[in-house]
Order: sequence, then structure tokens, then C-alpha cells
Amino acid sequence: MRKIWDIPGGIHPPENKTQSTQRPIASLPLPEYFYLPLFQQVGAASRAIVDAGDKVLKGQLLATPGGSIGTAVHAPTSGNIIGIEEHAIPHPSGLKTTAIVLAADGRDEWLPCDGIADYRTVSPATLLEKVRAAGVTGLGGASFPTAVKLDINQQISTLIVNGAECEPYITCDDMLMRERAAAIIEGTLMVARLLGNPAELLIGVEDNKPEAIDILTAAASGTAIEVVEIPTKYPSGGRKQIIQILTGKEVSSGRRSGELGVMCLNVGTIYAIQRAIRFGEPLISRIVTVTGEACATNANYEVLLGTPIRDLLQHAGFNSDRCANLVMGGPLMGVNLLDLAMPVIQSTNCLVAGSQREFPPLPPAQPCIRCGMCAEACPASLLPQQLYWYSQAKDYDKAQAHSLFDCIECGACAYVCPSTIPLVQYYRATKAEIHKLEADRKKAERARQRFEFHQARLEKEEADKAAKREARRLAALEAQSKVSETSNTPATAEETKPQTADDLIKAAMARAEARKASPELQQAKLERGVEAARNRLQFVEEKLAEAHREQATGEPVEKLLVKVDEAKRKLSEAEKKLAEFTPNPVETTAAPAVADRIAAKIQASPREQLESKIAGLQQRIATTEEKIAGATDETVKAALIGGLEKQQAKLAEALQELDALGDGGNVPVADAPALDAAASAIARAQEKAKAMAAMSPEQKLREAIESLSGRVEKARTKLASAREEGSEHMDALATALQKLEEKLASTQAELQRLSADDAEKVEKTP
Amino acid sequence: MILARSSSPHQHAPLNTAQVMQYVLLATIPGLVGLTWNFGWGSLINILIAVVVALACEAGIMALRQRPVLYYLKDYSAAVTAVLLGLALPPLAPWWLVVIGTVAAIAIAKHLYGGLGYNPFNPAMIGYVVLLISFPVEMTTWITPRDLLAEGVALPGFVESLQLVFFQGLEQGTLDAVTGATPLDTFKHNTGMLVEQLYAKEPLFREADIVSYGWEWSNLGFLLGGIFLLYKKIFTWHAPVGMLAGLTLMAALFYDGGSSTSGGSPLMHLFSGATMLGAFFIVTDPVTSASSNKGRLIYGAGIGILVYIIRAWGNYPDAVAFSVLLMNFAAPLLDNYTLPRTYGHSKPRKATEKPKE
Repeated sequence: MRKIWDIPGGIHPPENKTQSTQRPIASLPLPEYFYLPLFQQVGAASRAIVDAGDKVLKGQLLATPGGSIGTAVHAPTSGNIIGIEEHAIPHPSGLKTTAIVLAADGRDEWLPCDGIADYRTVSPATLLEKVRAAGVTGLGGASFPTAVKLDINQQISTLIVNGAECEPYITCDDMLMRERAAAIIEGTLMVARLLGNPAELLIGVEDNKPEAIDILTAAASGTAIEVVEIPTKYPSGGRKQIIQILTGKEVSSGRRSGELGVMCLNVGTIYAIQRAIRFGEPLISRIVTVTGEACATNANYEVLLGTPIRDLLQHAGFNSDRCANLVMGGPLMGVNLLDLAMPVIQSTNCLVAGSQREFPPLPPAQPCIRCGMCAEACPASLLPQQLYWYSQAKDYDKAQAHSLFDCIECGACAYVCPSTIPLVQYYRATKAEIHKLEADRKKAERARQRFEFHQARLEKEEADKAAKREARRLAALEAQSKVSETSNTPATAEETKPQTADDLIKAAMARAEARKASPELQQAKLERGVEAARNRLQFVEEKLAEAHREQATGEPVEKLLVKVDEAKRKLSEAEKKLAEFTPNPVETTAAPAVADRIAAKIQASPREQLESKIAGLQQRIATTEEKIAGATDETVKAALIGGLEKQQAKLAEALQELDALGDGGNVPVADAPALDAAASAIARAQEKAKAMAAMSPEQKLREAIESLSGRVEKARTKLASAREEGSEHMDALATALQKLEEKLASTQAELQRLSADDAEKVEKTP
Repeated sequence: MILARSSSPHQHAPLNTAQVMQYVLLATIPGLVGLTWNFGWGSLINILIAVVVALACEAGIMALRQRPVLYYLKDYSAAVTAVLLGLALPPLAPWWLVVIGTVAAIAIAKHLYGGLGYNPFNPAMIGYVVLLISFPVEMTTWITPRDLLAEGVALPGFVESLQLVFFQGLEQGTLDAVTGATPLDTFKHNTGMLVEQLYAKEPLFREADIVSYGWEWSNLGFLLGGIFLLYKKIFTWHAPVGMLAGLTLMAALFYDGGSSTSGGSPLMHLFSGATMLGAFFIVTDPVTSASSNKGRLIYGAGIGILVYIIRAWGNYPDAVAFSVLLMNFAAPLLDNYTLPRTYGHSKPRKATEKPKE
């Protein structure tokens, strides 16, 4: 006897299974119309490849998987596609989705299928392809595409076939195991081959199904499959629970069972896989339990997918007057249906048409007295009363700390709650609310990042502009000082030089900055682009993962998949652009070097300057001599010799000058304070630019006016003093003043216009 | 066909809150029988007065809060509080004592804190402590068990008891003869006698089947009721076992070999005073205790330890009410650090964890 583990909690609701196990699985007369939703419970919605008016055969492909997690849809019978339209589907949301409408032609004519006679002769990959092509999804309830689940990188050591069927009323798996045990055994072996032969092959069946256990055990004799009887307790058929019961292992929170080396498949799914591989039949039918006191016949039917629930219920003698609640699935986790036009889908394992006696209306919820019966029933060892408390208080941090997201929504807590509080509903709402808040938070975070990027860009632009302006001004000043230098008045040269020392540095910095700015900016922009694209991709992928976790389905998921592709494409484009972009290395390194050179030059004493000049000249003379020696052309030689003579003359001059200077010239031209001043001036300019960037247009204008007025004032005094001195610069100064005044006037006019606009706006708004 | 939208689960177990309360009421019967047998009709009269006052209080407050009165009365929670208070009060206590205690329990301790499910403190124990502090004489006047009464003195009959309760307090009364010290009192006031000597001297111990005459059988009654509730899975074993274990451990540690300074034997503590009533009917109040089983074990143990500390070294002979209220304060803290290990997690989490960004 194999060791089995117990799960904590659990409940023993009335089983109500015997009423539907009295008859063999029956089939249904062919309905007139079939409704095949493109929406899938998990993954992307399928894409229709047929159109209204097409004639199709039974088993023909109607829709292809809508994404990597998606499934194919096949025709359940032969007939005509009469439309692709909105139709009600069994889903908790109650929303309609797109469905292919097929009118049966009554011939039920198969498209030829090619099966694999002996699965042992083909590769696992071929087997997987068969499963994928057949559109098999999990038939236990979640409807996850089986091929996606089986396509796993991990080595599976334990294959669990889930025949627990722990929910009351449902007997479709029980009947399937009783009647088609051989196919289930073969299907299990096929999956084992597909998964690379796991060490353990287990079929777990609750001990309330002794017939099924006996039949399966007999069918499994001689194979590696072990049929394991597990105690009847809800929810032992949950994926996580049956793994725990049979292996003693727990699937880590937020992880998949594959990571444990365990694969768990429902018996119905195994049967569908066997049909797909052995006979090439797509998944177009399933066993459905029709039960409840509002149905005259309680039995299991093999029903074609897409069959309207109304047809099925009518066949079972449904009495709508007796029906108090119609539930798809079991009474504990099932979905309540409001529209009988909904079709049978992959997850329709059972329809309970319950009478008033079976589904008595729940009394209004009473206050929670924290009796803890829910905690005793919880199979996940949660504290449902605390989760409820924090859900009610909207304390989402506490709810998450109490592991809200480990709740499997089995409903055991709400089932036992003596105050009849709809606990699971609270958890669903809180989960949804937390997801929404999380999404909002991410959105806000992205908006903040974007805003900061924007702000930084504006600041940088302002700073660049300011630097350029400064550079132009200084260039003009430099030109001016050069002019005065050439006028051979050493005294003035000596005077002007210290004045413009910091200006020179600034100018050089600004020039260099301006030169390097554009490539660097460009690169930064490209990098930001890559970063943004990466963020986008991450965001969309997270959303998709969330959707999978939530087992969300259909159109939103499909949209997300498209978005992921789009984001990937954009990211690769951005990365390519960035890779192609190579900034000029000389330019980027030039700026500091130039600044250093100039700074060194200014810092040097006249003697040092002369010495370096002499050294430079000597070097130039040496190179010229080399060139002369190497020159073959006479004219070139002559020209070079001429140049050499000039250089030598200059050298002699410099040497003389050096002698004349004696020891007196050891004082640096520009001292350290001047350099500090230069640095602080740069900082000031940057700060100002930053401040400007943050200002409103009006503020900017006011600032401009202020500074212009100052400048006008200065220009006026300068002009006045020039007039007094009778300076030659008088005319130039007068023109400059005039220009400044004009600029001031225009700025003031602009400010007036702006404030007038604002005033108008203010008037209009009330 | 009435197809109403409903969310899973669609079916429900038959047990409801009113039934839970009814089970609790039912389970008090053996203890009540024990009390009545030993101390006369007093406890039953306490209960009757308390229930009437409690229901009136509950109805009045529900009317004030504009809630459906009958609906809330039917949950039996006020009745349970009243019965527990009535059981805890001394038999034949004057009627006004019971009234004041019940009003304090229902109006103040329960409804001013938000009503059923929201009260942080055990209402019955609040009522008890209000009385104990306000009226110490009336609250410590206990009847002598039936068979230990002096020759020719009998417990008052039902009608006589009613007269005593409503018209004539015990303290001035003709029935001084029927009151006496409780075993815990006796122990507390013991000076200089070895435990064995005390046992030989005092009929309360000498005549006892286990350890303290009269009280032991009432306690056994409550133990029986508690076992019934455990069997019915109304609560788990954690809190009561925690309390009894805590008390036993302390008593064993400080038994002191039965010397004259001994705090009393574990058995004496287990079967005297309100130990079993406390362990199975007060400590198990789910609203005011810790939530998880681990938390309830610690919560119960804390009460057991405090009960011993106050009985042995405090000013009061019994201490269940104070200990319960003190641990009520601690319950929210316990809740933060005693979460069970959830499926898929390697160790228990703390409720104070912040979600990962």
C-alpha cells in the first residue's frame, strides 16, 4: 500500500453522486445549432479561419490558437457555418463573446482523421504535436491548453492522473473511468512517453468510487501505473491538494507544479489525449453529468462541444419550475448560469439543476464571530476569518500578509461559516481590487518616470541654450581682446587678460560642451528610448503573467499577447539604433582637454608661457628641419627653408623676451581665486538655466525684462562715460544700447500680451 | 424558474451561529446542575435575571441602532453572555448586582464596541470585573456547599431564594449561617499550616471526593460540557488545553512540597473556583481570543499562568476574569505573530509583513 498524505482542513458535504451513476454514459441526438466560442477560459482567444457560408466536416479545424497559450477549435459535426457572432457563454462574468455558429446538416460526416496505431513507434515531439493539433485542453475545470502544459523543460518524475472528482454531484470522471478504463490507461502511458517516462505513474481516485478503482486497477495490471485510493474529502481533487496527498510535496506559493517534477492531468484530459493520438480525433466532445432534482433523468452524457445547454437539459427532462439554481460544475466551485442558450464548453463537467431543497436560499450574513470553523476547513491553512476581516477593512497589506493569494477559492470556508458570510466573494473582490491598485501604481510610476524624463530634457535644453549664449558672448569678447592685443599695447593686454580669464574658461567649456552636446544628447536619447521600450515590454509581460495567474482569458489576453510582440519589436529596433550610433570619441573627450589646456595657459606665469612657447618653436623647427631633409622637390624645400627661417627668428625673439623678463615674471597671470570664480560662474549659469526651465513663461519673461533693464542701465552709464571721455567706442555703445532698449520693449509687450490672455481666460472661466 | 445570480459556493453546511450559541447554552447544563446541587437555586435565579436584562438591553440597543431587533435576538449571543455571567456570579447575589453586571456586559462591553463580533473584551468578564471592583463584599459572599452546612441549617428553597435575592441581601440576612469561605479563600488566608494539616482541618477539603468539596463537581460539570462542545467541533482544544496546562504547570512549580507557603496543588487549582467554566466557556469565546490555533494555545496558556499568579500572589481569591481581560488585550498582538504555515510556504509569515513592491 502506497503512503498517502493528509491535507489540512477539508469538508465532507453530502456527495449526491449516486443519482447520476445509475445509467451508462448516453449520447444526445444531434442538436440543430452549435455555438463554439472563440474565447477560451485560459490564454488567447482562438482565430477563426472559416467564414459564414463555409461548409465544414466533423473534426475540421475552424479556428487556430490565438497565441502561444491558445487552443484550436474544431467542428463538432458536419454542416454550415452560418455566422460568427456574439453569444452567451458559461463564464462568471456573464458577458457575451464571439462564437462560431454551426448549423448541423445531420450527416455527421467526419473529415478523415489519421491516428497513430502504436504511439511507442513515434517520438514524444510527434505525440505533443498530435495533442496540440487536436486542441485538447484540461477538462478538469481550468481548461488550460494541454499541449502548452505538456511542453515542459523540466524532467517530470511523477505523473498524476487526477480521478479524485471530489465535488458533490459530479460523476463524469467516475463514469469515464468505469466505462473507458483501457483508454485511460493507454492515454496515461502515452503521456508518460511524451514526458520522457516519469518514474511514477499514479492515478488518484477517491475511495467513494470503488467500481472505478476496481476497473482501473484491473486495466492497469501489467503496466507501471499505480491506481491509488485516496480518502474522500473535499477538496482533495484540487491540483495542489492531490499533489500533496500523493507525494507529500507542496507547490511553492506562486510557482508551478512542474518545478516539483510533478505533472497533474485530469482523467478526462487523458482520455481526450488518447483519442487525439490513437485516432487523430480532435477534442469535440466531453462527458457531462446532468443532475439535480429539477431534471427527471440524472445521468452522464457524451456531449458535443457547442451544444446549447438548453438542448442537453431538455433531453434530461429539465423542469424549469422546479429549478432554484442552475450551476455548471459542482455546488462548491461551480458557476451559476442564467442563460440556457449558453453552449457546453470544455469545462462543462456537470450541470446541476437544483431544486429549492437542494439549493435553499442563504440567510443574510451575520457578523463574523471569529469562531475559526473556516480556518479548520481551509485546505491551504489560511485564516479565512482574518482575510475576511482585512478584506472588509480594505487593509490590503494585511490581507496579503495573510497570504490572500494562496487562497484557491475552493469555498470550504464559506460552506462551513455559521454566519453564512460569502467569504470567497470577499476574497475575489479583494484580489481584484489589489490587482487593480497594483496596475494603477505601475501606471503612476511610469507616468512619473516619463514626467521626470521630460523635465530633465527641458532642463538640459535650457542649460545648453544658456551655455551657447554664453559661448557666443565670450567669443565676441575674446575677439575684442585679440584686437586690443594686436594694437600692441602690452599694458592693455596685461589688463584685459586677468579680467577675461574666467570668461575664457567658460567660453572654452561652453564651446566644447556645445560641440559634444549633440552626440551625447543623441546617445542619451537613444538610450532612453531603449530603456522605455524595455520598460514597456516588462510592463506588458507582467500584465500577461498576471493574466495567466488569474487564469484570465479571451480578448484581453490576446490583446496583451499582441502588445508583447509589439513591445519586443520596438525594443529590438531601439537597441539596433543604439548599437548603430557611435559618437565621435574625439569630440566627446575634447571638451575637458581644451578646458584643461586653457586653464593651464592662464595659470602659467609669463615666464612659463614664454618657455613653453620656446619649447614649441624648437619642436616646430626640428620638424621643419626633418621635413627639409626628407623633401625631394626643390620648391617645397625652398618654402620649408623660408618657414624655418621665420621660425628661427621667432625663437630668437622669444629668447630675447625671456631674457628681458628676468625673474620678475614668475607671477601667474590668473590666480586660483579667478579659477574658482570661473567655476562658480559656470555653476551659477547652470543653476539659472535650471531655474529658467522650471519657470512659467510669464516668470521667464519677467526675469528677462529684469535682466534687460539692468543691462540697459549699465549700457547707459557706459555710454555716458564714453561720451565724457570722447571714446572711439561711443558709436558702438550707442547702437548696443538702442538694440537693448528695443529688445526690452518687445519683451515687455510680450509680457503684457501674455497677462492679457490670462486675464481673458480668468474672465471666461467663471 | 428563478435563476438568481449567486457566487460559489452555492451550498452551505447546516450549522449556523444561533445553533453554535445553542450548543454552548446546552453545554452549560451539567455545570449548572452541579452548582445548583451544591449551592441551591441561586445560580439559576442569577441566570434568569441576567437573561431577561440582557435580552432587553440587546433589543433596546438594536432599536436605537435601527436594526431588526428580533433578527439579532435570535442569534442567542446575548443569552450566552447572560448565562455565563449568571454562572460566574455568587449564588443568591442581590438582584441589582446581576442587573448592573449584565448591563455593563451587554450595553458597554458588547454594543458600545460595535456589537457582536467587534467587542475586544469578553462581555461577561467585563460585567464580572465591574461588579468585583464596585461591590467586593457582595461578590465574595459565597454559599457553603449543601452538605457542609451546620447541623439543622438547610439551603433555602426556590421561593425563599427568590425572596432573598429580591428583598433581602445576604449580608444583613438571616442566612449568614449558609455562607462561608471558598476553598481558594481558605488557601489564601492560610498562615502557618502545612497543606496536609489544612486538608485535615477544613471540611471543604476533608470531605471532598477529589480536592474541594462542592466546587469540584461543578467544575467537573463544566468540564463535561466543554468536552461535548469539543466533540461538536464548536471550538478547538487549543485555548482550553493551553489554559489548563498553564495553570497546572504553575501550580506544580510552586506547590512547594505542600509547605505552609504552598500555592496549592495543581488538582486544587483545576477543580476550584471558576477554572473549568473559564477554560471551556470563557477562554473559548472566539470573538475576543486569538485567531489561529497557535495563537489560541498561547492565549490560553497566558490566562492559565495569570490565573495562578493572581490566585497565589494577588489580592483576589479567583482570577479568571482579570486574566481573561488581560489576555484579551494581548490577542491582537498574538494574531500578528501566530499565523499558521500556509500551503506552499516554507514557514509561517507575520501579519506585519509588507507586500513586496
